[in-house]
Amino acid sequence: MKLRIVVTLKNGVLDPQGKAIEHALGSLGFSGVGEARVGKLIEVDVADGTSDADIDAMCQKLLANTVIENYRVEKQ
Amino acid sequence: MKSAVIVFPGSNCDRDLAVAIESVTGTKPDMVWHGETELPQGVGLIAVPGGFSYGDYLRCGAIAARSPIVRAVVNAAGRGTPVIGICNGFQILTETGLLPGALMRNEGLDFVCRDVELTVENSQSIFTSRYAAGETITIPVAHHDGNYFADAQTLDQLEGEGRIAFRYAGAVNGSARSIAGIVNAGGNVLGMMPHPERKIEAAHGGSDGRRLFEGLLEAVA
Repeated sequence: MKLRIVVTLKNGVLDPQGKAIEHALGSLGFSGVGEARVGKLIEVDVADGTSDADIDAMCQKLLANTVIENYRVEKQ
Repeated sequence: MKSAVIVFPGSNCDRDLAVAIESVTGTKPDMVWHGETELPQGVGLIAVPGGFSYGDYLRCGAIAARSPIVRAVVNAAGRGTPVIGICNGFQILTETGLLPGALMRNEGLDFVCRDVELTVENSQSIFTSRYAAGETITIPVAHHDGNYFADAQTLDQLEGEGRIAFRYAGAVNGSARSIAGIVNAGGNVLGMMPHPERKIEAAHGGSDGRRLFEGLLEAVA
C-alpha cells in the first residue's frame, strides 16, 4: 500500500519560505496572489493491512513535528 | 568531570565542543557515536554539538532525535544529568521533546553567521551561574534554522518560570520573544542556538562562552 502524507505548517506558524514565494510571484507580475505556504509530500510504501494506528504513530513520532505541523494521510 | 560529546553523521562542531570542555574541565570528553545504545558510565555532562546531523533531512535534528544514543540521552536527562545542546544540538533536543518548541527557518531566509550580543536573562541555572542577570555577552551564531517558535502559552510559561536563559539583544533570526536559549523544567537541560564553544579564549576574539562551561563544572563537580 502506498501512502501519501501531506505535511503542512499549522495556522499561526510563520512561514518565511511561503512569504518569499508570495513576493516572487508578485514580482513576476501575477496579481491577486494571496498567502503561500510551503509543506512537504512524503510517499511511503507500507505492507497492506498496516493499521491506521501504526500509520498515525509514524506521522506523530517522525514524519511530522506536531508542535508546528499538521499532517494528512492519503492511501492509494 | 567525565563528559560525553555525542557525534552524529554530519556533526561539525563536535571537536570544538570537546576542546572547549577539555580546556575548562581538564578532562577529554568521550566522543560517543550515534549508533551506540549506552553512554559511558559515570558521565556528568552530555553535550550535543552543532552541525547538520543526517544532512538536516526531513527537519533539522529530526532523524538524530530518533537515533539509538539519543534514547540514552533522554533517559539520562530524566535522571537529572546535565545536557547542553548547541545549535543543531538545540534542534535535536526540541525534536526529542526534552525542550519545548521548534526551530524554524530564519525569518530573513539567510544563513546567519556572525557574532551576536546576547542578554543573560537568568543567572540562576547551572548553565548561567557565572553570568550576571541582565549582562550582555558576545557569542557567535551560525545557523539557517534558528527561528524559535512555540505557542503563546508555552512562551508565557517559559518566561513565567524563568526558563529563558539567553535572548538576542538585537534582531537575528526572527525568534519568538528573541529567544536564543532555554532550559527545561528540571533545569538540567539547556538548548541554545549561539555557540559558546567558539568563544573560549582570547584568540577566539573573546571568552564570554567560557563561563558557561566553568559554571557547569562547578555545578557538576
